[in-house]
Order: sequence, then structure tokens, then C-alpha cells
Amino acid sequence: MSAFTVIQSGSAPGLPTPATPKNVPHRGGDANPSAEALKAQFGAAILRVDVVWGETNVTIDPARALDIVRWLHDDPSQSYEYLSDVTAVEFRDRGMPIEVIWHLRSIKYRRFLRLKAPLAKGQPLKIASVWSVYKGADWLERECYDMFGIVFEGHPDLRRILLWEQYTEGFPLRKDFPLRGRLSRAEQLRQALAANPEARYSMEELSIADAFQELPLDMRARIKGGESTGE
Amino acid sequence: MATKRTIEVELSTTGLGADGKPQRIPLVAGDTGGLALQAPPALEPELEGEHMLINIGPQHPATHGVLRLVLELDGETVVRCIPHIGYLHCGFEKIGEYRQYNQIIPWTDRDDYLNCVGNNIAFSLGAEKLFGIEITPRCTVLRVIGMELSRIASHLVWMGTTGIDIGAFTPFLWSFQERENIYNLFEGWVGARLTTSASRVGGMAADIPDGWLDGLKAFVRTFPKTLSECDRMLTRNGIWVGRTVGLGVMNPEEALNYGLSGPMLRASGVDYDVRKDFPYLDYETYDFEVPVGVHGDVYDRYLVRMEEMRQSVRIIEQAIARLPDGPVNVDDPRVILPPKHKATSEMESMIHHFKNVMEGPRPAIGESYVAVEAPKGEKGYYMVSDGTAKPVRWRIRPPSFVNLSAIPKMVEGHLLSDVIAINASIDIVMGEIDR
Repeated sequence: MSAFTVIQSGSAPGLPTPATPKNVPHRGGDANPSAEALKAQFGAAILRVDVVWGETNVTIDPARALDIVRWLHDDPSQSYEYLSDVTAVEFRDRGMPIEVIWHLRSIKYRRFLRLKAPLAKGQPLKIASVWSVYKGADWLERECYDMFGIVFEGHPDLRRILLWEQYTEGFPLRKDFPLRGRLSRAEQLRQALAANPEARYSMEELSIADAFQELPLDMRARIKGGESTGE
Repeated sequence: MATKRTIEVELSTTGLGADGKPQRIPLVAGDTGGLALQAPPALEPELEGEHMLINIGPQHPATHGVLRLVLELDGETVVRCIPHIGYLHCGFEKIGEYRQYNQIIPWTDRDDYLNCVGNNIAFSLGAEKLFGIEITPRCTVLRVIGMELSRIASHLVWMGTTGIDIGAFTPFLWSFQERENIYNLFEGWVGARLTTSASRVGGMAADIPDGWLDGLKAFVRTFPKTLSECDRMLTRNGIWVGRTVGLGVMNPEEALNYGLSGPMLRASGVDYDVRKDFPYLDYETYDFEVPVGVHGDVYDRYLVRMEEMRQSVRIIEQAIARLPDGPVNVDDPRVILPPKHKATSEMESMIHHFKNVMEGPRPAIGESYVAVEAPKGEKGYYMVSDGTAKPVRWRIRPPSFVNLSAIPKMVEGHLLSDVIAINASIDIVMGEIDR
């Protein structure tokens, strides 16, 4: 087995030595050079660039999100190889749009960039998946869908991840979702007690077991009757 | 009826090569890497084409928590792996939107519960960025000590439990003994062992007590001995090498693309460490090295974590030598409470105390993402403030969640027994994955 060639971080020539940031201003300061490059490349699709606490936020047109992320990943002068996070923010002001956030890192240039795509309320929350660029977006986007209900188009397997697939109460991190959940404690308890835990396993999976004879009688009868309650 | 047959397989390696170094077993069939290997026995004809589904977890000791893996097997080879998570989901991020910044710190104990002090400090760093606070020099050094101690504690749990998964019981006892020493130190510092809540916005919960550094020095002196004992026990052990080399290989490009971080990423040959590349807490002024693997398999992840523990000891030694005197908490009445004796004797201090506790400090409108190098990888806390005392959004960037998402890629094509070793090498903590 051959060894890999080690990828050196910060390998671009002429980079300053990294240091702990001190006395960072609230607003202003040096923007990430990628912001200017994005403006030159995408023009009107870059809605706003601002620097908050030393971090560059680039607000982009949601329709161009995939193009922009792909360009940042592929272009050798940007080289954002690493996707730290995909998440979303809903503000307490109900009129403000939900923002989808990408935290990108360039290992080569030691840069950090935050992309934001505002999704207006009152219409389906849809945005392109970046899974085709970063495989690491798989679970991050699923979690974002699970918690906010944002549909990532082009994701290969978009379903709930932390909550169970039969969960019907909604999307917990939305501001209209109460902290205790939509249902009363009594109703939550009733549903939990009434749930059939066997329904989580498909009958086909169980019948594969050679230990069919060891199954409880009622379950054997149901399998013989052709019942299937798969996920 | 198929009769039972015993297949005798010759051990292809004893672990050590002629040069005294651990031998590597090729991963890909056909690429023997210069070793003369027996071809694996052909599949039994009656099993060909029939796949079996098996379910590991959520209640299984080798899944390190409530992880459920549904595996499709062809004979003993994994064809498909479907992970199911969420059994421990508590909605930390939702709860955080209803808490003041200092009240969130106990929740950070509970997300990655093997790295509590590290999480507390990472969260405080994020909140301090929102408040625009520069912490004191003494606090910076104390935080480095806390973070490195909890890194060692987390890696020790990893080493012990992985050893048990693979069949070595002794390192578990040794590593948990040392972990106990670290928890005694934490107890002496902040009064709690596991859920420490060690930091506050603008400082720490407490300064270290008198004589605490002597205990730390004793630990720093004795711990490398235990580590080298574990090293002698495992690193060249034929069984250990045979059960870890060549498993779950991720090459550097894949590892980056899957978003792996921490020892997982560095074992794959990507030299990315948040402490070096995006430093915080003055890590750039400490002299330490970042181990980087070159094969990306379970064995390299083991080597990387072992070396990280040694480097953490180096960092702690330097931190002890430079620990300055002075206050731990910043002099900032927005976030720091008045001293107790003043709060109980002066009206103004009592009002100050009351307003800070009941209403909570209010940061400016803005957002901050602070990532630290946690034992599992890049741990980030993203906070958005709308100017009120509670964050609009508090997001945990969980390293082991992203690392675990690559498990189907890593286990497919390997044997069922290797799934346990690969899963252990990810170093998952379900509290952090499910949150």
C-alpha cells in the first residue's frame, strides 16, 4: 500500500504567519480577498459583503448558490476545499428571511468565509444542495432539513436525521415551534405508549433470521400472513 | 443442510517486518505491496448472491453509545451500511435560544461529555467575540491548560474503549486510572469532575487553588510513563497491528471532501490543525508539533492520537512555566459579577449583580463563529445575536457528527469485525452527534 502525499495547509506562498486575532473591531476591518473575487466573478449575484468581528459575510442570491460554492471550491485562486458547516438562521422578527449559512475554509490559503443565502418567507424554502461539491454536506443538509424544513434540491437522500421519519410535529428550530413541542405532555406520553416499537423493523428483515421458530407466536402469525410494516 | 466447516486461515502477518517496523497489509485485493499473501478463500457457493441484513445497536457496547448501524452483508463482507442516529437528541440548540449566554455553558458540558472543559472554553471564546472582550493573560494560559487536559482525558477514553473493542483490556485500566487523575485535578479547580462548567463569559468560574499546580506537575511527570507503557503494549503488538492496519482508508482528498477533521483528517495526510492554522488562545506562541499520518487507516489514527497526547503534555509544561499572576476575570462590569462581599453590603453592587443575573449581559448585534481544535476535530460554536440577552441562534458544529457521516464510505468492503474497529477509530460521542 502506498503512502499518501501530505497536503500542507497554508501552502500558498507569501502568507502571513497565523496569529491569534486581538482587538477585533465590531464592524469593518479587512475583508477576505475572496469577497472581491466573488464580486468580480458573479456581479449582481453577490448581494452584500460585510465584516463582523473580523469574519467576512457574503450574502448571495439563493438561485446561484451552487454555482458560487462550486466556483469557490474549484477555482485554484480560491481553493475552498473544506466545508465546515451548513446551517440556517431564523430571526425573531418574523418578517426577516431565513438565512442558509455555509462556513467554508480554504486550507491552502488559510481563509475562512461565511456565505449567506436569504430565503424569503411565504414561499417554499428551497435551495440547491452542495452535496455534489462536498460529500460532507450530506448529513449537515439533512440536519438542516430536519430542523428547519429547508429542502436541499439535488441531495441524494434528504430525510430526517435526528428526529424519526414519522415525526409530524414540524421543524423544531423554527421560531413558530414552541420549546415544549406542539403536543401536550399527555399527548406525547400517549403516543409513546401506543407506538409499536416493532414497526421500526421491517418484517422482511426479521424473517431472514433463521431463528424464526424462536419468534413470539403472534409475530410468527403476522409474518406468515404476509404482513409488512417496513420503514 | 449445510455442514459446519472450519476454514483455517494462516495469519498473514505477525505484526513486525524484517526492519522491526509494523507491517502493512494491502487494502486492495491484488495490490500486495510486496508481501506474499494467500488469496482469500472463495465464497461458499451456497451463500453467493444472498445478502444478509444485520443490525448493530442502538444498545451495543461497541457502538460507543446509542448508534444504530444496519449492515447488508455478503458473507462476512459489508456491502452497504446505513447509520441511524438521533436516539439521544435533546434539542440543545433550541434550548440555547431561551437561555442567556452564561446559562448555555452547562449545556456545552453535555454535548461532548468527554471534553467538557474544552467545550466550555470554546463557547466562552465565541461569546467573548460577540461582546468584544479581550481576556486576561492569566485566563488565556489557564484555558490552554484546561483544553489540553481535557484533550488528554478524551483521547484516554478513546484509547481504552478502542482497546476493549479490539480485544486489549489492559490499556483500558491504565488509561482510566490516568483519566481519574485528570478528573481529580478538575475537581480541585472547579469542584466538578465530568460536567465542569469551568468557564464564564470573560473569565473562568474560579482561579486555580493554592497547590493545584503541584498536582498538575505531578500528573505531567507521571503521565508520559503510563503513555509509553500503553505504547509498548499496543504499537507493535501483532494482534493490534493486524486488526487496525489498512482498515477504513480515506485518502487526503476524500477526507477533506467528506469534511473530516481532527485526528481523522490528519491521519489521512492533511496537515490541518485549528491551533496552528487559525490560532486562538495564543497557541501560535507554544512550541508543539502536529502529527500527520500517511496511510489514513485505523492504525494511523491511533498513532496520531498517541502523539497528540504527548504534544499536549509539552504544551501543558510550557503553560505551567509561563503562567502569569494577575486577575482571571476581565474588568468588565457588563459580564462579570461584583465580588460577593460587595454584593451583600453595597446597594449599587447588589443592583449590578441582580441585573446581570436576571436580565443577562447583552452583546451587540452581530454573529461569531469560533472553532477550536477539540479532541474529535474542529468544534465550532456559531452564535447570532440580535442585541438581546439570548442568542437568536446557537449552533454547534459537531466534529464527530461529520466524521461519522463518512462511515458508510469507510466500512463498505470490509469484514463485519472490522466495522467495530473502524467505528471505534472515529471516536464518536453520541451526546455531541445527537445533541
